[in-house]
Amino acid sequence: MEENQIRSLLNVVIIGGSAGSLEVLLQVLPKLENIDSIVIILILHRRNSDDTVLEELLRMKSGLKVRQIEDKTGIKAGRVYVAPADYHLLIEHNQSFSLDVSEKVNYSRPSIDVSFESAADVFQTRLTAILLSGANNDGTKGLLAVKNKGGIVIIQSPETADVPFMPEHAIKNLEADYVLTPTAIVEFIARLVK
Amino acid sequence: MFNDQHLQLFIDEIFDYYGYDFAGYSHASFKRRLERVYQMGDFVSFQEFLYKIKSDTDYLTYVIEEITVNVTEMFRDPAFYKVLREEILPSLSSKPFIRIWHAGCSTGQEVYSMAILLQEEGLLSKSIIYATDLNQTVLENGKKGLFPLKLMKEYSENYRIAGGKKDFSEYYIANYGYAKFDEGLSKKMVFSQHNLVSDSSFNEFDLILCRNVMIYFDKDLQDRVLHLFDSSLAPLGYLALGTKETLSFTSVYKNYEQVRKEKVWKKIK
Repeated sequence: MEENQIRSLLNVVIIGGSAGSLEVLLQVLPKLENIDSIVIILILHRRNSDDTVLEELLRMKSGLKVRQIEDKTGIKAGRVYVAPADYHLLIEHNQSFSLDVSEKVNYSRPSIDVSFESAADVFQTRLTAILLSGANNDGTKGLLAVKNKGGIVIIQSPETADVPFMPEHAIKNLEADYVLTPTAIVEFIARLVK
Repeated sequence: MFNDQHLQLFIDEIFDYYGYDFAGYSHASFKRRLERVYQMGDFVSFQEFLYKIKSDTDYLTYVIEEITVNVTEMFRDPAFYKVLREEILPSLSSKPFIRIWHAGCSTGQEVYSMAILLQEEGLLSKSIIYATDLNQTVLENGKKGLFPLKLMKEYSENYRIAGGKKDFSEYYIANYGYAKFDEGLSKKMVFSQHNLVSDSSFNEFDLILCRNVMIYFDKDLQDRVLHLFDSSLAPLGYLALGTKETLSFTSVYKNYEQVRKEKVWKKIK
């Protein structure tokens, strides 16, 4: 199996969110003028039926290159990828996505933990993981995996979250590198681009 | 701790010992599944885990079941079944005989969905559905046509969205927490073990369905399996994949024409 394959120098930002996180993304993404040198991957708990509505909305509001993911889609710089509804999203060492319809994790598919753990495995120190608003335990284990592999862990400050349960749960269980407001998240990502 | 060396060791040993070939499986998903089953076993070392697999065939069966994904549902992606009903089946209806292959059928939910469609379109009597999977255990389940009763609400909703007009409960009898599906449906099904990685073509089909199975394979293996399907499809036959799978960028692509924007391709060469 492929291991230690192409290791590009790309910085990757993976963002996980549930209830109340879409508002944050609609606030953050439009402020990023250019993400040419990085990749953003979004793992959002979403309805099974909404198909491509979310991608369209994010594309329209942000002006960024928002891409749907199909099985084995290759990861390219300058793009925002959105995990499809009803699949777990995993990342391969050759920098492509793969999908998985196995059991839900934390009552969720896609599960933030599953994608964060997989991204941590592949991108290691080049990964920044951000956990946003939500009413679920999902994401905490994933952030721990990111931390263990040397990535950067950011949690949305609970007082700015619509539904603070998910960020609070993570803060209780691990030490984040940063706890940031949405405005500070924008600044952080913008610095990564440079 | 579990690492990539363990993964490789497992793949090598299980191939040498039992002939199961997992080398072409998608790394990320396979690693996650194997790590999960390994940790559930509470072993002192990975060597102990491998020893158990080699010395206990019941445990092997269990491990294979756990690392291969067997999540499925009836009329999964209702929109797809609507297209099957309204477009694909009518175009096959003039054939004297309709041969269908569900490759990687798991516990058989999609096979029963297909049989229901065929019956409602008046085609079941001249159809035969081959349902294959790598796992013997899940095939046994499919043969029995027994599914948990608590899932019927979701299944009947899917059925309705897929254009079903009947009362879905007409198709089964509730019995001790299970729904037992009508044997009139299963008499046109043949369940048998088939490994997409190592087994060859066994018939010619008018419709092959392999949905959310090849997502667990890497690109090379996907290509090999697509060639297997290509050589098993009759001229003008159809190949159906999962909602996030594609034939684009594969080496058989030129032989096919996509049915509108659906994940169904017609063999034109």
